[in-house]
Amino acid sequence: MPTIHYAGQDFPVGKGESVLDCLLRNGIALSHSCKAGACQSCLVKGSGGTVPEAAQRGLKDTLRAQGYFLACSCRPIGDITVSPVGSAERTRARISGLESLNSDVLRVRLRTDTPFSYHAGQFVSLFREDGLARSYSLASVPHENDLELHVRRISGGAMSGWLHHQALPDTPVWLQGPSGNCFYASGNADEPLLLAGTGTGLAPLYGIVRSALQQGHRGPIWLFHGALAPSGLYLIRELTELARDHANFHYVRSVLHDGDSGGAEVGELDKCILDRFESLAGWKGYVCGDPALVNSLRRKLFLAGMASKAIYADAFLPSATP
Amino acid sequence: MEPVLATHEATLYAQLGGEAAVDAAVDVFYRKVLSDKRISSFFDGVDMDRQAAKQKAFLTMAFGGPHNYSGADMRRGHQHLVARGLNDSHFDAVVELLGQSLAELGVAPALIAQVAAIAESTRNDVLNR
Repeated sequence: MPTIHYAGQDFPVGKGESVLDCLLRNGIALSHSCKAGACQSCLVKGSGGTVPEAAQRGLKDTLRAQGYFLACSCRPIGDITVSPVGSAERTRARISGLESLNSDVLRVRLRTDTPFSYHAGQFVSLFREDGLARSYSLASVPHENDLELHVRRISGGAMSGWLHHQALPDTPVWLQGPSGNCFYASGNADEPLLLAGTGTGLAPLYGIVRSALQQGHRGPIWLFHGALAPSGLYLIRELTELARDHANFHYVRSVLHDGDSGGAEVGELDKCILDRFESLAGWKGYVCGDPALVNSLRRKLFLAGMASKAIYADAFLPSATP
Repeated sequence: MEPVLATHEATLYAQLGGEAAVDAAVDVFYRKVLSDKRISSFFDGVDMDRQAAKQKAFLTMAFGGPHNYSGADMRRGHQHLVARGLNDSHFDAVVELLGQSLAELGVAPALIAQVAAIAESTRNDVLNR
C-alpha cells in the first residue's frame, strides 16, 4: 500500500484513493473544489515518487517540470512525498471592487500586488485567507488595472456566499494560475469566431471578445449569451455598445422562456446559433459555462463543420463541497 | 508485434501519409460516426476530447501505425458497449464509415482495403467474443 509523506507525517493510501481524499480523511485541510481535475485548486508539489500522468493533465509545462500535480487526480502507484504549494506559486491580491451585474451575478474586481500575466479567457483559483478555494474565469483583458471575475450566487456556496454577502473591498486574497487554453491567440485575424455561453460562461467570452477586437481581429465575431430568463443576462448595455462600435462584432442574447424576453431571442441557444449558419467549417469556437451545455454544443458545432481542434471549451464544474 | 507484420504495416502507414493523414481523417470519420443513426447513440454523453483522442488512436492502429493497443484493451474498452447491445451490425457500420471517410480523402481503394482488413482483425475483441 503506497504511503503519502506530508509535513512530517505518513498516511497510507486506501485502495483507489486519491491523494486529496487521503489527506482530507486524515484531517489535512488541503484546498480543493471540483475534485475532477479541472479547477486546479488542489495543486500540490510532489517529490520522491512517481506522479501518474493523469495527475498532471492540463497543467502548464513549467508546473509539470517542477513536479506539481493535482491531488484529486493522483492515485499514487508508490510512496510519494507531497508538499503544499508555496507562496511563490500564488499571487497576493486585494478585492478592489464589488458590483452586482444582475440579481445573481457579482462582478468582483481584484488588484494584484505584483503584475499578473494572463490571456483573456483563462481562469484562476481564488483563495480566501483560510484556504477556501474556487476557480473563476477572468473576464478582464490584460491591459486593465484590475482582474475581473463574474461570481454567480450559488445556494449554500461557501465562496460565492462570502463574496456576495460578506466580503468587503480591500480584503486580501490569493490567486493561483492563470490556467486554461480557452483564449484568443492572434494568428489568423480573418477567421470567423463563434463564442457561446450561458450564465457566467459569459465571463471568459467577454474577455476573449475584447481581446480579439483590441488585437485587430478583422473576421466576423459572433457572441451568443443564453439564459433561462432575461434576468439571467447581464452586460447587455456594454455588449450592445461594443457591437455598435465594431462592425465585425455581433452580439446575440437568447432566453428560454417566452414571456417578455426584453429584446432577447427566444429559444434554445444551440438552435439560435445553428439556424444562422449553414456550415461552420473554417470557424473557431469558444464554448463556456454549464458542463451539459458545453458538451452538447461543442458536438453540434463539430457536426456543423467546425474542426475539433478549433473548438475551445471550458466547462464550469461545480464545487464538490459547497 | 511480429517483425514481418511491423515492416508491412509501416509501409501502409507511410503510404497513407502517417500522422498527418490520421489527423486529416479523424474529424471526417468521427463526424460520420456521430451523425450515423445506427451507431451514434453509443456516443451519447461521451467527452469529445477523450473520444477524439481514442478515434485518433484507433485510426493510427487501423492505418498500420505505431500503437499500444492489445486485444485485451479492445475487449475492456468495449465491454460496457457490448452490454448495451453492440453487435456485428454496428461494427460493420464503423468499418463502412471508415472506408467512406478514406475515399472522401482520396485514398486509393487498395489501401482502403488494407485499412479495413486491420480494422476487421479487431472484430472479435471489440465484440468480446
